[in-house]
Amino acid sequence: MFVKTYHFLLLTSHLIKMATTALFFVFAGLAIACALSTVYHRNPLYSAVSLIGVFISLSCIYVTLAAPFIAAVQILIYAGAIMVLVIFVIMLLNLDEDKPYRKLNYLYALGGFLGIVLLAQTFFIFVAVKKAPQTPVNTDETVGKTLNIGANMYTEYLLPVEIVGVLLLMAIIGGVILVRRLSQPELTLIVNNELDRRNEGDEKDDYRIAL
Amino acid sequence: MEPSLASYLALSGILFAIGATGVIFKRNAIGMFMCIELMLNAVNLTFVAFSRHYADVTGQLFVFMVMSVAAAEAAVGLGIIIAFFRNRVSVDVDDASILKN
Repeated sequence: MFVKTYHFLLLTSHLIKMATTALFFVFAGLAIACALSTVYHRNPLYSAVSLIGVFISLSCIYVTLAAPFIAAVQILIYAGAIMVLVIFVIMLLNLDEDKPYRKLNYLYALGGFLGIVLLAQTFFIFVAVKKAPQTPVNTDETVGKTLNIGANMYTEYLLPVEIVGVLLLMAIIGGVILVRRLSQPELTLIVNNELDRRNEGDEKDDYRIAL
Repeated sequence: MEPSLASYLALSGILFAIGATGVIFKRNAIGMFMCIELMLNAVNLTFVAFSRHYADVTGQLFVFMVMSVAAAEAAVGLGIIIAFFRNRVSVDVDDASILKN
């Protein structure tokens, strides 16, 4: 009876490991297919939707890597914020399809050849892994948990987190200044002392700050 | 059997190569930006795979930083594209050669 339970649990864990491998290959194939679709389509909206497919399949791969926090953040930030912003911009600018090169067709072949060379270089990884020391995968699954990541963010990696905050502030300021139309009147901040009694000629002493 | 580290790194390399080819091929500024995001995601996958292999949380925290940088770059880059589009009708990067000469 006890032996039967043990055999059942062993078989189940073996099936789960096989399912992990099968699921990885399914999501990897999906990611590669969506990436090829992103590069192939000339319509930028089709490329954007294919890229969302890449992000979602990568998020599933992160789950198989025992990184649930990164998987959730990937959907939230990449598929949920960045791609929505890109689709806003595509629809705002009402972009047309890419026009293919007419006279420079050989550039497509050259670009494809460079891409294949880069792809061939990535298969060097299989040679390099055989030469590397074969440490087994550390199946400690507390690394990806949100509690562990949060604890590290606030203790050991506090400085990078704060720098990222400053970086996001820079991005906000940059975004606001970039889309400012210079024909519009600038904001004028008048600093004066409203509580003091004012005469008529005191306005020339006010500070004016143009933003 | 969980797929080995090499499988994840190979997938990351393939995605990076596809993204790099896309940056070369695309004439649309937003298309190029999307292929850059594809390359960044390939690198994220590398970081998470190594973090799992060595049970170190540094990889996943760096992925968090890369995602924040990508979000900031998306905001500023798309702002540049919109500001550029106001003066010209197309975002074709071949027409954007006024800095030449």
